[in-house]
Amino acid sequence: MMSHENSAETAQDVANPDRQALLADLARVLPAEALLSADEDLKPYECDGLTAYSALPWAVALPQNDEQVVAVLKVCHARQVPVVARGAGTGLSGGATPVVQGVVLSLAKFMRILEIDPLARLARVQPGVRNVAISEAAAPYGLYYAPDPSSQIACTIGGNVAENSGGVHCLKYGLTLHNVLRLKVALMNGDVIEIGSHALDDPGYDLLALMIGSEGMLGVVLEATVKLTPKPRTAQVVMASFDSVIAAGDAVAAIIAAGIIPAGLEMMDKLATAAVEDFVHAGYDLTAAAILLAESDGTAEEVAEEIATMSVLLEQNGARQLRISQSEAERLKYWAGRKAAFPAVGRITPDYMCMDGTIPRKHLSHVLTRIAELSAEFHLRCANVFHAGDGNLHPLIMFDARNPGETERAIAFGAKILELSVDVGGTITGEHGVGIEKVKQMCVQFSREELDKFHAVKAAFDPLTLLNPGKAVPYPRHCSEYRLTGSAR
Amino acid sequence: MSDRVEEFRSRILERKPLRLKGGGSKDFYGGPLRGEVLDTRGYSGIIGYEPTELVITARAGTPLAEIESALAARRQVLACEPPHFGAATIGGAVAAGLSGPRRAVAGSVRDYVLGVKLMDGEGRELIFGGQVMKNVAGFDVSRLIAGSLGTLGLILEVSLKVLPLPLAEATLRFELPQDRALDAMNRWAGQPVPLAATCWQGDVLTLRLCGAQAAITAACEKLGGERVADSEAANFWAALREQSNAFFAGPDTRGPLWRLSLPSVTPPLELPGPQLIEWGGAQRWLRGAVDAASLREIAAKAGGHAALFRGGDKTGGVFAPLSPALMEVHRRLKQSFDPYGVFNPGRLYPEF
Ligand SMILES: Cc1cc2nc3c(=O)[nH]c(=O)nc-3n(C[C@H](O)[C@H](O)[C@H](O)COP(=O)(O)OP(=O)(O)OC[C@H]3O[C@@H](n4cnc5c(N)ncnc54)[C@H](O)[C@@H]3O)c2cc1C
Repeated sequence: MMSHENSAETAQDVANPDRQALLADLARVLPAEALLSADEDLKPYECDGLTAYSALPWAVALPQNDEQVVAVLKVCHARQVPVVARGAGTGLSGGATPVVQGVVLSLAKFMRILEIDPLARLARVQPGVRNVAISEAAAPYGLYYAPDPSSQIACTIGGNVAENSGGVHCLKYGLTLHNVLRLKVALMNGDVIEIGSHALDDPGYDLLALMIGSEGMLGVVLEATVKLTPKPRTAQVVMASFDSVIAAGDAVAAIIAAGIIPAGLEMMDKLATAAVEDFVHAGYDLTAAAILLAESDGTAEEVAEEIATMSVLLEQNGARQLRISQSEAERLKYWAGRKAAFPAVGRITPDYMCMDGTIPRKHLSHVLTRIAELSAEFHLRCANVFHAGDGNLHPLIMFDARNPGETERAIAFGAKILELSVDVGGTITGEHGVGIEKVKQMCVQFSREELDKFHAVKAAFDPLTLLNPGKAVPYPRHCSEYRLTGSAR
Repeated sequence: MSDRVEEFRSRILERKPLRLKGGGSKDFYGGPLRGEVLDTRGYSGIIGYEPTELVITARAGTPLAEIESALAARRQVLACEPPHFGAATIGGAVAAGLSGPRRAVAGSVRDYVLGVKLMDGEGRELIFGGQVMKNVAGFDVSRLIAGSLGTLGLILEVSLKVLPLPLAEATLRFELPQDRALDAMNRWAGQPVPLAATCWQGDVLTLRLCGAQAAITAACEKLGGERVADSEAANFWAALREQSNAFFAGPDTRGPLWRLSLPSVTPPLELPGPQLIEWGGAQRWLRGAVDAASLREIAAKAGGHAALFRGGDKTGGVFAPLSPALMEVHRRLKQSFDPYGVFNPGRLYPEF
């Protein structure tokens, strides 16, 4: 796809003396195979999952142990060269997009699960361990790692920590934030600190809360201890279809009001359902305006009781078709569709952009109506996938970057959706992070003084602003540019 | 109400040490009290409560009891069960960050914070987080505020996630010595049973189950033990949460109350004084006149920390000291939120 804005410098300034000096310093602390600097080697690192933005860094470092990470950081600190940590590069907001004239620090080699303690129900892992690998390692003990982003096969725990990632089961089991006990973190100056512990709290400020969701801007995660959760004995999912998204939204509210927190509660609109059905053949109702997946887990008796209650509530709120998974295979099939929603949409359009606002659920129908209007205005299709339980909406804007101006139009459409989320009392990002993508919309959500505090928080960890600079928190100039459009606070 | 906010602002702008105070129910907690009292109780009231969105927003001075009764009317709760210890306000409960018996399973006060409105040391009103469940825009300052003991700013408003009241509950009792109780609590926590809270004291392990009726019935059968009558059980857990049972409320002659936060699997610790264990082994209370330094060392060796909770000599600091690198981060955070050292000086650490 075409690059935009931060456009890649195809011809690297090879002879730049600062770059040469940096490479020489890095070569002293890294084995040869752990340092990449040729254009063709840098290319795979030019972007993350947000392909609309890309840039070539000066170098990519692939350290193999803590000492090498610390050494790379010290070299960059001394030379005041920016560093961008990188996990699997599945991020959707440009958090891992390289900074030009900076170093990408890949944690890809940190793939060891250091300890599974079944009695204490925790796993101590290196940052490059894939999310799903933790659950796989814990499975023999009847345990798993609860947060399950749809990218869990690929994304790393380091990236999850940086984004405070969620998944379809987070309504009941919490986000990354609720499932991480301890982090070992290298600060930009090379100091290594421990945040949190294997106890449930730490003396002093809750720095774990700051680190989780900090988009690689406060420190580099070298190790994480995560909580493991007992695997429920059984789980079942109800699939319900509705003639309107309003009815589906009401059904969600009714379930919560009845005192049930389902293990998963997800919605897809008609366009998303069609794309997904074509891809995984889950047997979704293609004529419905919205379908809802509601999962219950626990003991067999508990699940039977909850599924029965939810079924009644779904019907009372206008569900026109109810299907209850009759086997584990069928349950997984229903979920496979939802979990494959992004790639499924990716199949029906050359390019797409995934938005990530969270809204108070009561505004769902207003927001979806407005998105449909915007879709017509911008002449771009938009499918909607919704973590309905917690109000996190993923509009997927479809476009074709080869058509002149279409990328810009998609970005503008996305910006409108973000502003809409803030207008109804929500947020521009629920789980994907601000990154580069939404940095300007931070000016809509936060005042100048609040943004100043974010800069101060960053400075408390990274006084020279070298870790992932320019991401997540806008500078006043970003906002004044944005203010011209009349949207900033 | 905006008059109150202006009053708070002008007090803060005097740049003299202030002691932020709600109901004063946690005056005993943390370092010595310094500064002139700034009372938040006049700034009170629930601003928004959306049961189906699972969110409540209230002004800092709102009594915790008022919030809990509003929730109870819609069969909802604060699952982290912050202790009242008297006439607690919600602002104070969040600033103290203390959680009750269900914490090990349900999560801490911090886990339920969704957003705060704060006034910083320069009188600026700042909003972090919000009223929605998932929000990763900007650093998570609202949760940093939980447990910061009022040292980073004056909490004006707070939004919390709420949960449905458990559909059913049961309490079981077992005669078990400490080592076997610790083992049982950890093993059961690793199994799909609806464990909600645990308490061991005097060779008796008490277990609370919360969940669907079917799950409770199955768990009672599986775990055995003696079923405690519902009203007795309710009193037991309330007295534990409020520290009004004999272990906590007894005469001070046994010495101050220490709180040890430890990995739950830490084996029984030989300590001079009676112990009460909660949170599946992760929170252990000790009554006794012990040497602070050696207790801190024991806790640190086990991978946790010890805090002087009630009574005793606070001159050596209340909370376990921080490493130099961590203290530096703390100092910089404090400096940016409260550059003139107005808020609760010395309440968290003597250094600030
Ligand atoms: C198909 C698809 C589905 C997805 N579904 C979900 C979903 O359901 N829920 C969800 O929340 N997200 C989802 N995502 C987004 C993405 O997978 C998550 O944000 C994920 O956590 C990123 O992990 P990563 O290892 O790829 O990190 P990267 O993309 O490499 O990096 C993300 C951020 O983390 C930082 N970082 C990485 N490693 C470290 C480290 N060790 N220390 C410090 N900072 C670090 C980077 O600097 C960057 O800012 C999805 C993405 C795709 C492509």
